[in-house]
Amino acid sequence: MGVAFDEMKGHDGEAIRPAYGELDRWLKEVPPDVLDYRRREAELIFRRIGITFAVYGEADATERLIPFDVIPRIMSADEWRRLEKGLTQRVNALNMFIKDVYGARDILRAGILPEDMVFRNPAFRPEMNGQTVPHDIYVHIAGIDIIRVDADTFYVLEDNARTPSGVSYMLENREIMMRLFPELFSRHRIAPVENYPDELLASLKSVAPLSTSKEPNVVLLTPGVYNSAYYEHSFLADKLGVELVEGRDLFVKDEVVYMRTTQGPQRVDVIYRRVDDDFIDPLAFRPDSILGVPGLMSAYGAGNVTLANAVGTGIADDKAIYSFMPDIVKFYLDEEPLLKNVPTWRCREPEHLSYVLDHLPELVVKEVHGSGGYGMLIGPSASKVAIEQFRAKLKSAPANFIAQPTLALSTSPTCVEAGVAPRHVDLRPFVLTGKKGVRIVPGGLTRVALKEGSLVVNSSQGGGTKDTWVLDK
Amino acid sequence: MRIRISHTTTYLYDAPPKTVTQVLRLTPRNHDGQYVVSWRIDLSVDCQLHQREGAFGNISHSFTAEGPFDELSILVEGEVDTQDTSGIVRGAVERFPPALYLRDTELTVADAAIIEFAEATRAKAGGDTLGLLHALMAGLNEDFAFDTEQTTVATTAAEAFKLKRGVCQDGTHIFIAAARHLGIPARYIGGHYCRTDDKGAQGAGHAWAEAYIDTLGWVGFDPTHGLSPTEAHVRVAVGLDYLGAAPVRGTRHGGGRETMNVSVRVAPTTWQAQSQSQS
Amino acid sequence: MLSRTADNLYWLSRYVERAEYLARILDATQRLSALPLAYVGTGNEWESAVLTAGCASSFFKHYETATEENVTDYLAFSTANPSSIRNCFEMARGNARAVRTALTGEMWDAINGTWLELKRFGNGPSSREETSRFLRWVQESSLRFDGSAYRTMLRNDAYWFSRLGVYMERADNTARILDVKYHLLLPDNERVGGPLDYFQWAAILRSVSALTSYHWVYRESLKPWLVADLLILKEEMPRSLASCYEAIVRNLDAIATYYGRQGPAQRQARGVRTRLQNSKMDGIFQRGLHEFIGEFITENNRLGLAITEQFLQ
Repeated sequence: MGVAFDEMKGHDGEAIRPAYGELDRWLKEVPPDVLDYRRREAELIFRRIGITFAVYGEADATERLIPFDVIPRIMSADEWRRLEKGLTQRVNALNMFIKDVYGARDILRAGILPEDMVFRNPAFRPEMNGQTVPHDIYVHIAGIDIIRVDADTFYVLEDNARTPSGVSYMLENREIMMRLFPELFSRHRIAPVENYPDELLASLKSVAPLSTSKEPNVVLLTPGVYNSAYYEHSFLADKLGVELVEGRDLFVKDEVVYMRTTQGPQRVDVIYRRVDDDFIDPLAFRPDSILGVPGLMSAYGAGNVTLANAVGTGIADDKAIYSFMPDIVKFYLDEEPLLKNVPTWRCREPEHLSYVLDHLPELVVKEVHGSGGYGMLIGPSASKVAIEQFRAKLKSAPANFIAQPTLALSTSPTCVEAGVAPRHVDLRPFVLTGKKGVRIVPGGLTRVALKEGSLVVNSSQGGGTKDTWVLDK
Repeated sequence: MRIRISHTTTYLYDAPPKTVTQVLRLTPRNHDGQYVVSWRIDLSVDCQLHQREGAFGNISHSFTAEGPFDELSILVEGEVDTQDTSGIVRGAVERFPPALYLRDTELTVADAAIIEFAEATRAKAGGDTLGLLHALMAGLNEDFAFDTEQTTVATTAAEAFKLKRGVCQDGTHIFIAAARHLGIPARYIGGHYCRTDDKGAQGAGHAWAEAYIDTLGWVGFDPTHGLSPTEAHVRVAVGLDYLGAAPVRGTRHGGGRETMNVSVRVAPTTWQAQSQSQS
Repeated sequence: MLSRTADNLYWLSRYVERAEYLARILDATQRLSALPLAYVGTGNEWESAVLTAGCASSFFKHYETATEENVTDYLAFSTANPSSIRNCFEMARGNARAVRTALTGEMWDAINGTWLELKRFGNGPSSREETSRFLRWVQESSLRFDGSAYRTMLRNDAYWFSRLGVYMERADNTARILDVKYHLLLPDNERVGGPLDYFQWAAILRSVSALTSYHWVYRESLKPWLVADLLILKEEMPRSLASCYEAIVRNLDAIATYYGRQGPAQRQARGVRTRLQNSKMDGIFQRGLHEFIGEFITENNRLGLAITEQFLQ
């Protein structure tokens, strides 16, 4: 892995890249203690509004702040246009793929994907077989994780097609930046993100059951206050102007979903659910779940309610399926993929496994069904002991792992103890799909690895966030 | 053989519940060797029953009953004509290719002990799939004691295998786990077994497994009785495991404790009884 | 509005109100017990505090006798007491967090700020002085929350349910003081009289922050039957039963108008209010003050159930 591409300074010795010109000038003007002061101010505001997340495995830290970096990450209008096209293509393919695996299964018949990779995949939901959904949309909200390695090359690192989170940070980060740095905003023309909730609500309403005659009633279903993303759930419900419901607020009668209100039962048409498949209906999935709505799948089967995202979309963001995405895009759209896929070794295949075992110190190995950066090995930064431990894990259950080369994620200037320094970043744009097609609010959530040299941007592993600017030119 | 089935599930509540929501998989379908002559479901509480075909092709009914009531009973009864097909199932509703039935579920994970059992059986039985499956069934039938006290609906194959005892559901789970480990698609069948020796009521339905053999298609194996299903077996529901084929899954909102009672009568109809029912 | 949201708003207000009430009881008891014995008699004021807080049975599972230390700890800071001030604030904040979108920013700031500050007191005040400071802080926090709700909430069902919580809790608290101390308020006491009872009456009034109001209303020295009159029948006194029921009926009526229908809760509340309006102190004393309070507590509980059944579940 060479020296990373810096989004402001390019490769070593190059001139400041145009999108960052104004920011570079500003950084040179502004005294360092001002940055530091604003950083503290931002933290105070975040704590005040209560934007927190939970970290699993830390006893005394049920509510913690994600560090916020006050230096924005900037993209030019051209860069964004290219990315937007690629994302649209990718999410269209994901939706077609899901419709197919729960329907005609053409892709299996064509031999593009091995049958068992679908059928034996825990993310595949047999219960969805033959289920139709309004306008053939399964993934209404996708979070596609993008990394960049040079001026022209973007890779998709991961598709998140279940219940992607983080969009509240995208919105709050912008709010805070506008409050803290009005002068910086007056020196740029930045595409707004504040219309995201409106776009989301329009998308959700557009996929209401076809039988809904009046204005659809949309609700947001949360697992409750103890969920790590609860803040986001309540934030979004508020911005959308919809009820934030828990499983116990809903019930099913005669295959129709209702919510319990102070004025009696009220029909529900669209559920933006942030509860995982496993927990959503104890009569169809885990019988011990108390987070779900008993009988929901019957109402869903009857076409009386829309779930966003649909049940079973996990089959599309599975890390083993990921490695087939270029073929999936070609199969359904008959187009070349616009976004690159990171080369991936599937450890379930013996030749791939032996390559991976021989090259562990240079690879990133991930659990197929893991998320949040847990259960992952980063070869170049891991100790010998850690590598050997992982080797044993890998050998005992190879099908659970995939491996990828360690990519040099681009860096972006970031406020650190010693001043401003480059840190590695990724980007999660949020892709909305409704009846009228795909909509993407320019930007997304930039996550930054705050530790020097670290490539892990997950908030649960010490990552922070930045505001993401798409210049409107 | 014509079999008359009467299956009653009764719930008694300490305090009346506000609502009860259930999904029922209690209705058999036709296939070669099985024809449903008549069938009905009757609830003791007024509410709508909604019929739907589930993902595996099972007929399911769902309902929400609004309280208060102290008792809820679900009566299912009907008659089915059966013929012996040597355990081979043809003409049934199939919504998935056999490969799906290699899928693990929480209840059917093969642990080291089950793997050992499966491998040892394969070593003895040789390469013939049908022979191997019969050997698995025979091995289980020998080793495994019928005992209604030791296991529950949540007992996994591995737990039951360790106990060496359990009910038909447990033997079936172990059989499925072992077969899937050996790369043979296998599935859970919930249904009824018509006993000729004893005409009294039973406390539960029956369960057995089906495994897929390339040359024959789906073939039934009943580890409890150590034989392939005969005309005494009535197939009702198919699933990856008990949960997927469970006759009743339900929840309650409000109310106190509940006691559940199941009474199943499965008996051959005599010619006389039949003519009476027609008059 | 979701039933659960209404339920959370209602209990959020109840818990904040209860915390304030507990702080007032502790404050009044502290003053009373600081007086020389000759002024207050030999009764155990701390035991009486536990009784008025309504947690005697659980308290005596933990302690044999009531002392200043263990009562202050149990009512203010104990995690074992589900209704300690600390737990009230914890639960209030838990309810608030569950319905953040139904709160105004100011209300959230008030309750979340209180919850964050609570940690500053660690496991409880270590001195009497610190205890006083803590109790004052609790009362200020409650006032701040109440004020923010009053000044910032939209006047819709969310507001009315949150007000209902305040007045239901208040009515319950005032009734409980009267239930425990009724014997001090019987007219016979006039003859016993003396400084001993004077301080007890003052303490009762202080528990419901009515000592100054008393003088403004009656322009007389403390008389037990007037204290009872003030706490039961005077609508202008914010913590009296009559005033609570005036507010409960007003808020329930607002909900009924807004929803276009009324039910058992409205009928029950109007019934209780009418009885209070038609009562005179003489009559109450004649039929028995204790019986009257007992009946009121039963009726108030019945209203609580009716509200829950009609709206909150």
